[in-house]
Amino acid sequence: MRDVNTEKVLKEKARTAANKQARFGEDINLDKYEHVAEALPYKEDLATIPAEAKAQMLQTGVTVDDASKRSGTIIQMDHSVIHSVTKQSDIEIMSTIKALEKYDWLHDYYWKAVSVDADKYTAHVELNPGNGYFIRALPGSKTTFPVQACLYIGKKNLAQSVHNIIIAEEGSELHIITGCTASPSEEDAMHLGISEFYIKKGAKISFTMIHNWSPHVAVRPRTGVVIEDNGVYLSNYVIMKPVKSLQTNPIARCVGKNTVSRFNSVVVAPPGSSLDLGSQVILDGAGSRTEIISRTITTGGNIIARGYIEGNAIDVKGHLECRGLILKGEGSIHAIPELRGNLAGIDLSHEAAVGKIAEEEVEYLMMRGLTRDEATATIVRGFLRVDIEGLPPELSQQIRDTIESAEKDMM
Amino acid sequence: MSEPILEIKDLAVTVDERPILHNVNLTVNKGETHVLFGPNGSGKTTLLMTIMGAPKYVITGGKIIFKGQDITYMPIDVRARLGIGMSMQRPPVVRGVKTRDMITACARGRESDAELEEIVKSSNLSELVERDINYGFSGGEIKRSELAQLLAQQPDLVLLDEPESGVDLVNISLIGHLINKLLQKRQHIRERERSGLIITHTGHILEYVDARTGYVLLGGAIICEGDPHEILKTIVKKGYEECRKCVM
Ligand SMILES: Nc1ncnc2c1ncn2[C@@H]1O[C@H](COP(=O)(O)OP(=O)(O)OP(=O)(O)O)[C@@H](O)[C@H]1O
Ligand SMILES: [Mg+2]
Repeated sequence: MRDVNTEKVLKEKARTAANKQARFGEDINLDKYEHVAEALPYKEDLATIPAEAKAQMLQTGVTVDDASKRSGTIIQMDHSVIHSVTKQSDIEIMSTIKALEKYDWLHDYYWKAVSVDADKYTAHVELNPGNGYFIRALPGSKTTFPVQACLYIGKKNLAQSVHNIIIAEEGSELHIITGCTASPSEEDAMHLGISEFYIKKGAKISFTMIHNWSPHVAVRPRTGVVIEDNGVYLSNYVIMKPVKSLQTNPIARCVGKNTVSRFNSVVVAPPGSSLDLGSQVILDGAGSRTEIISRTITTGGNIIARGYIEGNAIDVKGHLECRGLILKGEGSIHAIPELRGNLAGIDLSHEAAVGKIAEEEVEYLMMRGLTRDEATATIVRGFLRVDIEGLPPELSQQIRDTIESAEKDMM
Repeated sequence: MSEPILEIKDLAVTVDERPILHNVNLTVNKGETHVLFGPNGSGKTTLLMTIMGAPKYVITGGKIIFKGQDITYMPIDVRARLGIGMSMQRPPVVRGVKTRDMITACARGRESDAELEEIVKSSNLSELVERDINYGFSGGEIKRSELAQLLAQQPDLVLLDEPESGVDLVNISLIGHLINKLLQKRQHIRERERSGLIITHTGHILEYVDARTGYVLLGGAIICEGDPHEILKTIVKKGYEECRKCVM
């Protein structure tokens, strides 16, 4: 049960921030959305999910028809967790509401990696709770296959409110693939998603998130990650499909020694998409390393690619790489890499480039017999290819498939 | 009578509005390999890139006939598919495109995976195939990678821009071997389908690859044509200008 007092304090804090504009991104008027969704029945059998929803989920790597290559599944539609199973006794998967009922100690994690009063969107999630997922790897456990989580918006005009908590206990290894998607309608909708990650000593989380929204959905994820000694966090974010407006700027606090964190983003902005994406890493633990890599392509949409690394401890090392490609159209890419070092003995660097495909490279491939289109596609595929270490093969494959399936839309 | 695979007639070329080649004439017959000498900046790369069809090289006069077909204004990829292939002096880096992907792309499905693997092995590229093409490659690695791509591509006319420059003494015999394979030098001239045009400064490659004719390019024009070994001797002894005096 949530402690009444804590709850009161949180709600109060949220109320004070209810109109607080976010630092980045277009200000979204939350009043135009519905905040309540009808409860949907729990589904034992995922085969009964409508085909249209399944198809959308599949594009984000969430396989409901055959979950044999998944260690567990949790699906939230609108504000209802309609399915939740785990195949491993040492991996807990349940809705956040259930988890809060089950574990008193969860208060120590609730709104601790993300501030409830960060902006109007965090405040909204506290004041209009939907649900969310709780995934926890018990000490020393390891997922055989990735756990899949899906957040789906079906109700028109809904502002979906989600609060996720992910904990990797000491020495555990947890791989998650999350698909966020909506019904392919012409209707407006919004997604507000809080995700709080806790990586204990020597634990590892890989979090692969594929977004598949629509040109009418506004998205404001808010993510915080806390990494303890020798912890590892790998984030892979892929968005290839149109979205109306998306702004996110996850922050990882590397509080422990010798942590490793890596943020990879592969982003395509078709006409009409407005994306403001960043990653922030605060290196507070000595010997911690981080790498932020983003590959962005516009075919007409606008992208702001941010990156921020702050070094506050000895022997930390960070590298930031923002590369943007303007493939066609009137869109723009604005790369904003930032580094901040607060003491000697740190090593931070960045590399940013925005431009079009080099004609010389296209000709090189054409010289080998590829047509102009084939050559361009090959170069684009190469550009979007981020070699991801430490990811299970099925997830690397999913990322490649997602990128390749979107290629023809780009040309 | 052997039939010509490449005929260049009165060719004139400009790069960025600057005239580089003028009055170039040469013919390569099927199965033959010719070599091109000339000082730095004389227009050798320009000539090969023009035959290949790189758009930067603008043809302002004359024509290029390949296998009896006028290709003067054909795009680069069409020429490649007709059977022209080139190894570049300074190929660009293409980030994210692996050397293996390039070799596979060159094959266009003609060779099996096993055959491509054999090309990789024989070109001593096993360590490089997972790297981005040309990224951080040494001079010698670039040469081997270019030749491996051509081996996968199997062009009938092979244009090689300084295949041996920057290659150490051990690797040069490998390069020579790869070129011979590319040009089917093991086969009798009558059965040989492949022809070559090779740029060389040092002539070292002549120790491995037999060539029928040599040309000297000076100031954008061919000033001399003859036995490649004789030409090389003259250049080494007396310089390029001396070639001007020799009777073609
Ligand atoms: N984009 C360009 N604009 C102007 N001049 C150019 C351009 N590209 C090449 N050139 C010039 O054309 C001339 C011929 O160059 P080319 O590369 O064909 O010489 P090369 O014979 O291959 O020389 P090297 O032996 O040094 O490789 C040179 O003077 C060169 O500077
Ligand atoms: Mg040259």
